[in-house]
Amino acid sequence: MSSTHLHHYWTAFRTIVTKEVLRFARIWVQTVLPPVITTALYFIIFGGLIGERIGEMEGYRYMDFIVPGLIMLAVITNSYSNVVSSFFGSKFQRHIEELLVSPIPNSVIILGFIFGGVARGLSVGVAVLLVSLFFSPLSIHNPLVMLVIVLMTSILFALAGLINGVFARTFDDIAIVPTFVLTPLTYLGGVFYSISLLPEFWQGVSMLNPILYMVDAFRYGSLGHSDFPIAMSFAIIAGFIAVLYGTALVLLNRGVGIRS
Amino acid sequence: MTPALEIRGLKKTYKNGFEALKGIDLEVAPGSFFALLGPNGAGKSTTIGIITSLINKTAGTVKVFGHDLDTDLQAVKRSIGLVPQEFNFNNFEPIGEIVVNQAGYYGIPRREAWERCEHYLNELGLWEKRKDMARTLSGGMKRRLMIARALVHEPRLLILDEPTAGVDIELRRSMWDFLTRINTDGRSIILTTHYLEEAETLCRNIAIIDDGGIIENTTMKQLLAKLETETMVLDLSEPPPGIPEDAPVVLRQVDELTLEADIRSGQHLNDLFRVLDQAGIRVQSMRNKSNRLEELFIRMTRNGQSPSHLTPGASGASEQPENQA
Repeated sequence: MSSTHLHHYWTAFRTIVTKEVLRFARIWVQTVLPPVITTALYFIIFGGLIGERIGEMEGYRYMDFIVPGLIMLAVITNSYSNVVSSFFGSKFQRHIEELLVSPIPNSVIILGFIFGGVARGLSVGVAVLLVSLFFSPLSIHNPLVMLVIVLMTSILFALAGLINGVFARTFDDIAIVPTFVLTPLTYLGGVFYSISLLPEFWQGVSMLNPILYMVDAFRYGSLGHSDFPIAMSFAIIAGFIAVLYGTALVLLNRGVGIRS
Repeated sequence: MTPALEIRGLKKTYKNGFEALKGIDLEVAPGSFFALLGPNGAGKSTTIGIITSLINKTAGTVKVFGHDLDTDLQAVKRSIGLVPQEFNFNNFEPIGEIVVNQAGYYGIPRREAWERCEHYLNELGLWEKRKDMARTLSGGMKRRLMIARALVHEPRLLILDEPTAGVDIELRRSMWDFLTRINTDGRSIILTTHYLEEAETLCRNIAIIDDGGIIENTTMKQLLAKLETETMVLDLSEPPPGIPEDAPVVLRQVDELTLEADIRSGQHLNDLFRVLDQAGIRVQSMRNKSNRLEELFIRMTRNGQSPSHLTPGASGASEQPENQA
């Protein structure tokens, strides 16, 4: 591949990311503000009011324990919903054709949408982090682990959102997965509790939930506590990213949902 | 010279079994202004969809300026600018950004993209509206936006699918002037339209597609020469003293002050003038009864059962996408 091609692809990638960022920034009242308000309510109700009665969780104040999980919850849902709604919206309004007629490789299209989703996931994550400072002091045990885990998680769910967007034919289709799959997995992924509280059988079931490892690794980066080895969490997330990226590439190359 | 477009044996069968294209051959010379006409569902949009890689073909080859769609897709895409039949931009995006982003997809850096955007939006009278959301534009402005967007990477071949549908006559004519100018500058243009007057005015070459096959591919001049009889409508300044019956030009009286004259192939208007003069008929004005291309089109497609909207003054109802079939 020549340097001219690389330069063109880099420009195209930046264009998609810029467009995606401007898209959610223009409608920040719909995209950034609601998760911040929702999470602030979680902090007040679960962390402040109920948390006071719960006491400690794994040796940490309950409020401090749920902060990393709530940040991850915000990152996961926003990375996903940004890409799924943007990609489906571009199909619905047919401006996906702007990309399809242009000489951008599908890999660059995927990367552009991923980093658009990552931008929103991280923006909301940072906003939630700032809100959490009103309730809990900033706790950073290993900043590199925090950063890499949040980035990888964001990439993973941006990819998942893209695949949902590829298959979606109606607005219902882009709501089903977040409502019936993503939200339950996230809530059962150790955001509000340590899985050591669960009976042994449900601990085993919980370990099939990939979000558990993401929340756990991020909590390690923040508090220094984890239920699983960090290397295992990295490997699981990386594996999911590889599988979802490959799937997304095959789908776009075959034109599923976008070409007749 | 390498053709702007070369299609051989192009076939498309949709998943539901509908055979939209049955093996068409088509060649468009570089620099030409080419009309691709056909009734609804004939295969025009499918053909354009395949050329622009929005639709996967079933069989056949497509080459754009010698670049094969199968082996050199990126070069094909760089050579083509598409103005689709239906609006396909983000209604919630400022129009300047729509054009600049499209340039970005072709690898054009943002600063240069804005310069090109300014040039084409100015040419099409939209620069002042560059910060407006696309949804606030009128139908005609939206059409012009899509033309600016299609040109921003400066393609050698511009494909326009019903570009003036729903556009008022004044704006349509200004778009014709613009398209003629960029064609004169060397850009090849393929046009599909329901306004047959538009095709006759703009295009030097023409292909007619019907039922998935090309039924005519020639120059506009040669095609119009096939018209055997042309009917002229004569508005008279006073009632005629009489209608000559054995004249070389057949005359019919429509009402007190209107005549129709059939001019057969090989006859000249001078023959008509001579007959009128000899009969002492005083003519105030004269016009074609219908567009010449329309006459031919109706005869050639679907055994003369052409849809009623294919008229020079049609309201601009857009064609149903053929891939719905």
